[in-house]
Amino acid sequence: MTPLLLSAYTATTCLGRGLDATRLALRAGRSGLARCAFETVELDTWIGEVAGVDDETLPAALADYDCRNNRLTWMGLETDGFGDRVREAVARYGRARVGVFLGTSTSGILQTELAYRRRDPATGALPADFNYRTTHNSFSLAEFTRAYFGLEGMAMTISTACSSSAKVFAAAARQIELGLIDAAVVGGVDTLCLTTLYGFASLQLTSPRPCRPYDAARDGISIGEGAGFALLERAPAPPPGAVLLLGAGESSDAYHMSSPHPEGLGAKRAMEAALKSAGLAPADIDYINLHGTATPANDAAEGRAVAALFGDRVPCSSTKGATGHTLGAAGAVEAAICALALTDGVLPGSPGTAAPDPAIPIGYVIESRAAALRRVLSNSFGFGGSNCSLIFGVAA
Amino acid sequence: MSAAPLAAWIEGIGFIAPGLPDWPSARAVLRGEQPYTAAPSVLPAPTLLPPAERRRASRVVKLSLALGLEAVAHAGADAATLATVFSASGADGHNCHALCEQLATDDRQISPTRFHNSVHNAAAGYWGIATGAMAPCQVLCAYDASFGAGLLDALAQVALARQPVLLIAYDSEYPEPLHAKRPVPDCAGVALLLTPERSPCTLAAIGAGATADAAESLADAELEALRTSIPALRALPLLQRLAAGDAGRVGLDYLAPMQLNVQVEPC
Repeated sequence: MTPLLLSAYTATTCLGRGLDATRLALRAGRSGLARCAFETVELDTWIGEVAGVDDETLPAALADYDCRNNRLTWMGLETDGFGDRVREAVARYGRARVGVFLGTSTSGILQTELAYRRRDPATGALPADFNYRTTHNSFSLAEFTRAYFGLEGMAMTISTACSSSAKVFAAAARQIELGLIDAAVVGGVDTLCLTTLYGFASLQLTSPRPCRPYDAARDGISIGEGAGFALLERAPAPPPGAVLLLGAGESSDAYHMSSPHPEGLGAKRAMEAALKSAGLAPADIDYINLHGTATPANDAAEGRAVAALFGDRVPCSSTKGATGHTLGAAGAVEAAICALALTDGVLPGSPGTAAPDPAIPIGYVIESRAAALRRVLSNSFGFGGSNCSLIFGVAA
Repeated sequence: MSAAPLAAWIEGIGFIAPGLPDWPSARAVLRGEQPYTAAPSVLPAPTLLPPAERRRASRVVKLSLALGLEAVAHAGADAATLATVFSASGADGHNCHALCEQLATDDRQISPTRFHNSVHNAAAGYWGIATGAMAPCQVLCAYDASFGAGLLDALAQVALARQPVLLIAYDSEYPEPLHAKRPVPDCAGVALLLTPERSPCTLAAIGAGATADAAESLADAELEALRTSIPALRALPLLQRLAAGDAGRVGLDYLAPMQLNVQVEPC
């Protein structure tokens, strides 16, 4: 593909709001995970909750969209000056020429979970103030974002579980490459809800401790929430130091709804496709931000795929010990982390991980360290066997 | 064929809607050769799935598998090789209702199967398991504009990857009490196998672009009701054109004020 410029990007997670909070935490190896005390949830697990989400009030004209997921969407859009960069792009290209491509797994389903507690005892009806379209539906955050910026062009939500907001980069890049749009707001937002907390617990995939990606003793995920956004534009002459999307690769496992292909075959195909898309060889990659959820099966499968393609030469880490697994937002959050790694020259470590699994022969990094990075790869793999790998680089 | 960047050939069609169990029956009605008779949608058993998955298959899984397989069979294609785009305005509504109902009680120990079937890409996941297709699989949602969103991404993939893409746009109903908030009446959808090259099986050429012109409606009131009440059936004006074998432009609903203009040239 033709490289695209990330002319702005931002991330908000349990590490804090925006890039500065994120980079400080990553450098210090700090985790934002805490014991679960979300809503009425009673589970023995740790989560990554974003502070202050419920204190946000959406603009009055968009009050119909009010739910935890859109409050976090709004927080993310107005962090690091991201919204201003979008408004400048809209002024430059026009309202119909800036697309919206956002990923989520559960969107505002928490709003429906809460509404079900308020059903009419006689009729079973949901309360009159509950609005399915603007809160629960998967398109809600993309529709909210499109309305918030007054956009009049293409918009979609991609919902492929935990690969959702990696795949938005690929989908937006296609439309920009074909000239249908000039820029795209891409990203992902997922927020804590009962469906994912109790659902992952029912699959016995949540850890009773802060998650330990790639540790020999890893025993499950820590669910997080987050918002990550980037503004993608063409970059015929990118300024030195600019962050570029160089390639994207997608594949399917065709194996199982909730278990990865044991050999990591789908993961390997996604990484190979991303390298091909970027016109690069494995030796060109300086760091891999692993999907690294910290379940025994997921890390083993991804590790096999990484080892098969890269051996143990490339430094790798999962940042989910810091942020938790932000599910449908993970791809966008980790894209922002990759952009920080490239611009700051810091290779992020893996808080929570004590002793990397010796059965997985890759170059796993525990402590953050300085490193001159030119090109990095980020993996995101989802339920249903949906895989996406992205390659980012920094302009010389 | 126009030089629009979003252009492809249609090689196979799958269709299910209330009273219209497959593409040949829909084509006859859309051509005016048969009257439309309302009836609940008929969803074939997903025989391609392993027995355990087949027993548990939800309505959206049965619907999307049947749609995709009809289009693949129509084209004589190999499902295992195809990239796919799944587009739906919602996920499995019955499963969602069951989860929300249980999470509102004191017993929140939900079933693991219910949870993994709750993801928007559940139907796509079962498609991969059933067909063995490891090619890229896109799953998206644009509420009432989901058909248009799926068409735009599928056509972009065909244009850039120069490979066939199977678009499956589908919707299923929610049970009450969600139905009152989202009154989709029944299951329905359309599958189009889109290819970059013409072949002896090719049915038509299409090219899509943005327009501000209003979308077309259908003259038959019952068919028009299907078009407006089930998002995937916003495709009906395009299908009517394909059924009639007429060349020309057709307007489809997308995201106001942007609508889609599709140029159709039958082969």
